Amino acid sequence: MTALIEVENLTLQFRTDEGLITAVDNVSFSLNKGEVMGLVGESGSGKSVTAKALMHLNARNAVYSLESRITLHTDSGPVDVLSLKTPRDLNIVRGGAVSMIFQEPMASFAPAITIGKQMVEQLQLHGDYSKQQAKNISVEMLDRVGISDAAKRFDQYAFELSGGMRQRAMIAMALSTQPKLLIADEPTTALDVTIQAQVIDLMKDLVDEFHMGIVFITHDLGVVAQTADKVNVMYLGRMIEEGPVREVIRNPKHPYTQGLLAALPKLDDLDAVLTPVPGDIPSPLERPSGCVFHTRCSKIVGDECRQTVPENRSIDPTHSVACHIYSEVPA
Amino acid sequence: MSDVLIRAKGLSVGFPIGSGLFNKQVLKAVDNVSLDIEKGSFFGLVGESGSGKTTLGRALLKAAPITAGGAHYSDGEVDYDLENITKDQLRDYRKRAQLIFQDPYAALSPRMTVRDIIAEPLEVMKITRSREETDARVREIAAKCRLNLEHLRRFPHAFSGGQRQRISIARALVSSPKFIVADESVAALDVSIQADVLNLLKQIQSDMGLTFMFISHDLSVVAHTCDHVAVMYLGRLVETAPTRKLFAAPRHPYTKALFSAIPSLDPDDRGTAQKLVGEIPSPTNQPSGCKFHTRCPFAVDHCKQVEPELESDGGHDVACHRWKELLAPAAA
Repeated sequence: MTALIEVENLTLQFRTDEGLITAVDNVSFSLNKGEVMGLVGESGSGKSVTAKALMHLNARNAVYSLESRITLHTDSGPVDVLSLKTPRDLNIVRGGAVSMIFQEPMASFAPAITIGKQMVEQLQLHGDYSKQQAKNISVEMLDRVGISDAAKRFDQYAFELSGGMRQRAMIAMALSTQPKLLIADEPTTALDVTIQAQVIDLMKDLVDEFHMGIVFITHDLGVVAQTADKVNVMYLGRMIEEGPVREVIRNPKHPYTQGLLAALPKLDDLDAVLTPVPGDIPSPLERPSGCVFHTRCSKIVGDECRQTVPENRSIDPTHSVACHIYSEVPA
Repeated sequence: MSDVLIRAKGLSVGFPIGSGLFNKQVLKAVDNVSLDIEKGSFFGLVGESGSGKTTLGRALLKAAPITAGGAHYSDGEVDYDLENITKDQLRDYRKRAQLIFQDPYAALSPRMTVRDIIAEPLEVMKITRSREETDARVREIAAKCRLNLEHLRRFPHAFSGGQRQRISIARALVSSPKFIVADESVAALDVSIQADVLNLLKQIQSDMGLTFMFISHDLSVVAHTCDHVAVMYLGRLVETAPTRKLFAAPRHPYTKALFSAIPSLDPDDRGTAQKLVGEIPSPTNQPSGCKFHTRCPFAVDHCKQVEPELESDGGHDVACHRWKELLAPAAA
């Protein structure tokens, strides 16, 4: 397996009126070609900010630490994403090697330009296509994602499409430049379950066909179980657990992951009591000391939880967790 | 038999569309729905977007126009026919029936303190007579929703999603209602918080003897909270049963498809779902016969022509021509 993207020691802060806010704290992971990684966490956990960093897409007030390194392996060799400055250089990454699908497809399409025109525009920006070629590719892509009557849809506006259709069009647009990496930020959250099932199926087919890597951001562990190969769980900007999807869902190690699974209503056991994770995610302005989760954790082992940041420990070669409970396991 | 709080009979809600003098069409958002909501129950209403769940909930609150049929409300103190309720009765009904919204970020005014937000219904409906009485009532209800005194002085922006939803719940409860419609009240929340709000709703329901109509598109949430579930499709009720019966043996092909579309938590259980093709048709251009026939894998010619009636069988109602036939192969 060849690595597609490697993230090392990513630390990202935002400069605001209230001071520096840490959004992502020393996160490392890597993703191979053809692999689907689920990025899970509550709102405010830093999932989206991490994903946007992969495209160097965060707002101007973002400050990356000096140790942060994101390496993207393209056909023409490795690219250091964070060192790219000009829009021209960034085009290699944004929309070129990496595409992104957003949560709310209505907000992502320009309302006054036809779907087709938007697809052609980005194709011509990233590739050497004539208008006709770009149109042909776009119509073919629309057809490929299961939009019936693609040639007609090509000339329609976003408001003329239903929610599921819009998300399909979004996927078609993201894939038409043949990216190596697709970032999907909550792509099914705004959809009905029936349509969600269709979109998940479509994405699975597309991974097989195009053999790209996908970072799938979601808060729905069911969706992760259905799509991902491996899972990374984030909490307040830290990666707290990482492992293959079967391991993390059947045998969660971190109290937070365990809590998330216990809070989920399950259909096969209607009598089970739903146990919420107590309290709310703290404001990033008041990051707890030590383990960031200790304010809500029910399994605190001692003062080290409040004082020292737990290191990543390997439970087995693929499954690692950052929690003091496992302090006997060598880091 | 327990008492029925709300009984809808052939309830329809239509919205006129098209502005021409001769070109008046009616969009039927809710079409001939009959159901009983028992006192003290947690009644779930599920369906895709566009199925008319929200409109039905609003019609029962008399917040959407009832165009045909009606609904009868009876809580032991008063009896109202919602389709021709008088102005004075409606004023009283507003105290008895309340709504909790989906998005706690949009539902609370950013310029009012939490105390004022919760107190507003009391003042508008003139339930309390003095400021002291209002404050006492607000504090009592806030404590029930686990908000402390210090929270009451703050503005909504200082709260997280879960806390805001608790504020919306407090506001809905402050007029001591008997009936509450919770419209996708946990959809905007994280799972860890969602469980907390669901538990709170359940507890309040048993403490205060409330009746809930819980509208949701999330079947696993409905399965865990509701006693009775009704499934809607394009404005029609297609199936209704006690939760356990419905989840153990769904009868309508639409309900079955909805169940199998829920992503399983088991990573090895991929792709076994029975997928529903296509999308819910536009309510302005409804299919003939059974509304579901365009997406139903079991549809026959009869389904395209004749609309099935809701038939009752052992407290489990279903509107499908073929449900008995479809049951047979599974039993054999």
